[in-house]
Order: sequence, then structure tokens, then C-alpha cells
Amino acid sequence: MHIGLTPELAGLTGVYPADLGREIFIDKAKGPGIRIEGTVIDGAGDLIKDAVIETWQSDAKGRFDRQSTIGWGRTSTDLNTGLFAIDTIKPGTVSVEGGHTLAPHISVWVIARGINAGLFTRIYFADESVKNAADPTLSQLSDQTRIKTLLAQPQAPGLYRFDIRLQGDEETVFLDI
Amino acid sequence: MRLFPRNSAIHPKAHHPPYKSSTLRAPSHRPLQLPSTPTEETGPVFGHDILGPLDADLTRNFGATDAVALGPQIIVHGRVQDETGRPVPNALIEIWQANAAGRYRHRNDEYTAPLDPNFGGCGRTITDPGGVYSFRTIKPSPYPWPNGPNSWRPAHIHFSLFGSAFGQRLITQMYFEGDPLIPLCPIVSAISDERAVDQLTAPLDLDATQPMDALAYRFDIVLRGRTQIQFENRRDGL
Ligand SMILES: [Fe+2]
Repeated sequence: MHIGLTPELAGLTGVYPADLGREIFIDKAKGPGIRIEGTVIDGAGDLIKDAVIETWQSDAKGRFDRQSTIGWGRTSTDLNTGLFAIDTIKPGTVSVEGGHTLAPHISVWVIARGINAGLFTRIYFADESVKNAADPTLSQLSDQTRIKTLLAQPQAPGLYRFDIRLQGDEETVFLDI
Repeated sequence: MRLFPRNSAIHPKAHHPPYKSSTLRAPSHRPLQLPSTPTEETGPVFGHDILGPLDADLTRNFGATDAVALGPQIIVHGRVQDETGRPVPNALIEIWQANAAGRYRHRNDEYTAPLDPNFGGCGRTITDPGGVYSFRTIKPSPYPWPNGPNSWRPAHIHFSLFGSAFGQRLITQMYFEGDPLIPLCPIVSAISDERAVDQLTAPLDLDATQPMDALAYRFDIVLRGRTQIQFENRRDGL
């Protein structure tokens, strides 16, 4: 795990007051709070316990903050359990030029030892099937069976599961975008 | 503002067997190439309020007040620009490194070299309106790592950068001019373009040296470009 990005989680305290990015939305009232839990899994099926995960997203109305760090988060997989958790609000539908819309999604950037260049992917939500069907990114996938690797699955009210697989039959779709 | 397509030729290969950890961690599919959207064209904006007064001075930002880290003092400075040559102001740069003996202050570092009670090993700063940044630190030592039977990393400093868009997010490593370990390192050789490796190798910058105090190294960084032009063609195809 990268000590300079999550020093507290790597066991280093005393340089900064706290790790950056642990709080994605200062005012949770801006939208329905959700938690997304998951793991990062290597080609042998083992959990990667030294991954740093950053996320960037719109607010509940589909607007990106352009003045602050609101909407950005940074966490890592747990050194013991391999689990990560993203506590945030559910993003909204984003309008783009030309009248298109992007289904609610969170941009994800993953780095770890052995990942030579950071990997981008997106978290979409399995319970937004109508919006997902109209999403221009999801529709670009030539193998539509891989869409499920981009869907966070609801587990309980406000709780989703999103595992990132680096290799294998269910390899996550990564984006060069 | 659109983002230029990434130039995959200058970035490290994901799958590079000499670097053992990459073999199980490199995706086997090529990433899906798409034009950027507002999600990648925007990004977090960091204010100077997050910076402490010693954040950019790794020789003094950890340990006892008034104590200084052990090792040769150096200045590492440069300019952040994008592919169009425009400076990138207000970019958060975070760095981390081993100490002068090659040891990280990390709970997983098992190297037997000593910790320095006055060296934490990380720092950060924000580029000025001209994209310029500067750190004071100590020169890190090379260190051994469990890749092959006798693998040593060249001395390096890890760099993380935010531009003005999340799609410009970058993590990289800076090396020091003249280090004989650079061409032997399998992490370096994941980059096949020699010029790209040269870009990561900071030359001694005698003009910026502080006499009787600190040597200086110059490390300029180029982030992915932004433009008004909408890209129709994808550089690598799908
Ligand atoms: Fe390192």
C-alpha cells in the first residue's frame, strides 16, 4: 500500500493531521447515503490487501463540484481482511452536451504494487436498469455480458457490493477514458 | 474541455513478467477506449488550507521539533505541465520515499535497515500559478525487494499528481541521474520507451543547488492534455 497516500492506514501518523479523502461528502444531507463494499481480487483469486482506491462522482443531482474536494474519496483495502468500503451518497444522472445523459456512476481509480499504471473503472448501480440501458459508455461494450462487472449489487437498503477482478472469467471492465 | 487520448506507448506495460507482482495483477483485456465525459474532465480541487507549514520539507516534518532527518539534503523541484505545454497550477503533488538507509516507515517494510526517528517519508505541496513546485528532502537509498533472488530498486521518490481533471490522475516514480541500478530494475523496464525512462530520471541541477547546504534535482512532469477539440478518432481502436 502506498504510504504517502494513506499514511495512517500504513501505520504512519504524525506527518499530517489525517489521511486525505476519508470523507467524500461533508454534508451527507445532499443525497441518500450509501455504502459500497468490496474487494480487489488478483488472477489467482486472492484478495489484494494493499490497494488504494480513489473515487470521483457527481452529487445526487448529477453535478460535479468544481471548487473543492467534495465528491472525491480515497481509501484502501484493509491490510487484514482485504475489504474496502466507500461511504458516500448515490450520484445522480449526469447531463452531457447533445442532450445525452450518463446513468448514475462513480469513477474509480485503483493502484497497488504490481499495477504499473493506475486502472480506471466505473461503478454503476444494478438497481438503475432503465438508466443503465441508455448509458453511452455501457452501450459501447462489445461484449454485453461483461456489463455486470461494472454493476454494484444491492445487498440491503443503502448497501451495495462491488468487487474488482483484475483477471479471470469475470475480469472487471477497465476504461481508457 | 476534452482530454487527449492517452499515449499508451509511454506508459508502463501492465503485464511485465520480470516484475513478478504484475503477472497476477495485470488485466488481460485491453481497457475500453472512449472519449472523455464530464466525469473525467472534472476533478477535486485542493486548497492551500490542507497544507501544513512543513508539508513540503521532509527533512523536518516528522519527529522531534527542530530535529533534522539524517542523510544528504536535496531539493527536488520542477514544473508540471500538460501535453500542450501549458503549466498546471494548483496541482496537488504527494511524494513518499525510503529514508537514507533504504527503509520505509511502513508497517509492512521488513528490510533490516534502521528507521530514522526524524524521518516520516512523505510530503505534499500544490503547484504555483506557473505549475512550479519544490520539495526539500534527503536522498533515499536503494533498497532490496523480494522479486528475484537479488533485486534492488534504484533510489527513487514516488510521486502522485492531480491535474485539473480526474482523468489526468497520475502516479509515477522519480529516479536520480547516474544511478547504475536504473537499467537493471524490472519496474523501470516495464516502460519500453527509453525517452520515457529518461523523463523519469531527474538530472542534477547545479544552478538550483544551495551552496554548502543541498544538491538540487530537476523533475518536470507532463500530464495528459486538455483541449476544446472533440476527438473523433481513437488512438488505439477498441
Ligand atoms: Fe518504493
